[in-house]
Amino acid sequence: MGSLKLAAALLLLGSPVLASTALAQSAPTYGLGRVPSAEEVRARDINISETGEELPPGRGTPKEGEKVFTLQGCIVCHGPEGVGGVGPKLKSSTSQDLPIWRRERILPLRSPFATTVWDYINRGMPLGREGTLKPDEVYALTAYLLFVNKVIPEDTVLDEKSLPKVKMPIGEGYARLPDWKPGTRRLEGYPY
Amino acid sequence: MGSKRTSRRELIKGGGALAGGFTLGAVAPALGQTPASDHASAHDHPMATGSHDYPMIPGSKDLIAYGQRSHFVTSVRIAHPMGGRPSPDAFGKVFHVASPLQDSVGVITPSSLHYVATTRGSFIPDIDPKEHTLMIHGLVDRPLTFTMEDLKRLPSVTRLHFIECAGNRHNGRQKTVQETHGMTSCAEWTGVLLSTLLKECGLKSSATWFVAEGAEEVKGASSMPIAKAMDDCLIAYGQNGEPLRPQQGFPLRIVVPGFEGIFNTKWLRRIKVVDRYLMNYSDYGHLREDDEGAALGYQIGPKSVITYPSGTQQLPGKGTYEISGLAWSGGGAIKTVEVSTDGGKKWNRAEFKMTPQRMAHVRFAYQWNWDGNETELLSRATDEIGQQQPMLAQIAEFFKKPVGYVPGLNNSIMPWKIAKDGKVTNGLA
Repeated sequence: MGSLKLAAALLLLGSPVLASTALAQSAPTYGLGRVPSAEEVRARDINISETGEELPPGRGTPKEGEKVFTLQGCIVCHGPEGVGGVGPKLKSSTSQDLPIWRRERILPLRSPFATTVWDYINRGMPLGREGTLKPDEVYALTAYLLFVNKVIPEDTVLDEKSLPKVKMPIGEGYARLPDWKPGTRRLEGYPY
Repeated sequence: MGSKRTSRRELIKGGGALAGGFTLGAVAPALGQTPASDHASAHDHPMATGSHDYPMIPGSKDLIAYGQRSHFVTSVRIAHPMGGRPSPDAFGKVFHVASPLQDSVGVITPSSLHYVATTRGSFIPDIDPKEHTLMIHGLVDRPLTFTMEDLKRLPSVTRLHFIECAGNRHNGRQKTVQETHGMTSCAEWTGVLLSTLLKECGLKSSATWFVAEGAEEVKGASSMPIAKAMDDCLIAYGQNGEPLRPQQGFPLRIVVPGFEGIFNTKWLRRIKVVDRYLMNYSDYGHLREDDEGAALGYQIGPKSVITYPSGTQQLPGKGTYEISGLAWSGGGAIKTVEVSTDGGKKWNRAEFKMTPQRMAHVRFAYQWNWDGNETELLSRATDEIGQQQPMLAQIAEFFKKPVGYVPGLNNSIMPWKIAKDGKVTNGLA
């Protein structure tokens, strides 16, 4: 009995500590689902954000990218220099000097972040073998395609540090999304 | 009809004609056209009389196991002309497929006829649900991976929601309502609220956006505000009373009520909670130069379209018609629909065929007596937050741009022209 009382007292003493932990961290209600390991999260988390903090180490140049473009068969669908194939054009056929909003929608070239180009090639190419390119190949292809679109000079080396710093042609010239709240109209002041 | 009393046989025939008469205009003349056989009326028994009136469908193992529609019903989806890419293409990839709205009744789109779109033209993944998991991670106290079995043990909801592709833009070159508006569909979705899952993971206070990602080859992903996640997003495993169809994301998709189709990520495998807008490939398509275009780019405005009579249909003659159509809005439930039968001079309140639901198609109708003269039929929807479907000219006037300028998803009013001979054509042509 004595030891039970002692245990109860200890529990009571301990409970404020437990409660404060619970306040800091929400408690699950249903207790379903499994906590994934850090490895599992890393394997599935392929998002590359504009800071590039998620980028794997690696490097590539436009020259190397040109070779990868042929070796990996990109050229078969997209054509030499990314023009004239059955697949989407990767280089503007009119001019690389037009303002970005007046150019065709090619690559994620309008993205304010070069990381979007890397992310797309990494997750979405080549057709049928998506996700098989090595980081160096993705850096090289990104460098090559940014070079043919006159975004970076030919001697640029892209790696996990330099890629997020590439200045994309759109600059700050794009609209930011408004805050969305339940029940909001599509556009303030728009009568429809 | 030969018999003096209404026999069971005639009732059965009437019912059959209604169910089979898929084009509404054809129903009335079809009723009672088949003369009753005197011989048959001697046997007032559905089996016996039926066998004299029409052929029977023999039961087969397959038909017992999984039902089939009548071979008289031939309504099908088509590759949507938008973008000019075939579905399927030479490799078997699917891009944009439009639903046959001209034949629709009620509000539910049958799963086999639901519109289909993929982020860039994709193969449809063939996923074993036993192997499929949803991982939720990022700015949460506990990242969690849920199996399909886990998800089905959690509290579920069942809701009607439309999903509409941003490519659902009507223009004067299209002929049928399937071409003008077929990239929207409405289904009954069953699943777990995303808010339930996020509470289970414990949302950190810094969370402002989330990314939903699919398991198809391009791993299509979109960024959405966390406020939407906590409001009404649904992690759906059920569609119209059965598991999702592969083309709709089997075994798991997110339904983001009222947001453009692309946000409704299919084959959902991952949700990442973040503190800023992540520019995914699917999001990059939403980038706009001007604030108005960006603001109009994700929540769908109030929209409606008349599905009968609609383009390429034929009115058999003057007289009474039930004008029927669908209305929906990304802003909430539809409050009113008005129909004009004189090209927009007078607007008449339409009736609803059911209680309008939030972000769901609602079927509206208006009884009309056609005098046989040339005219134009229009419909106009207003939603519960007071947004009203605009005329093309009103949009142009608001933005001080030429008529035809429509930023964001095109929700302008759709006109159908009725010619003197009863032919129905696109009023924008």
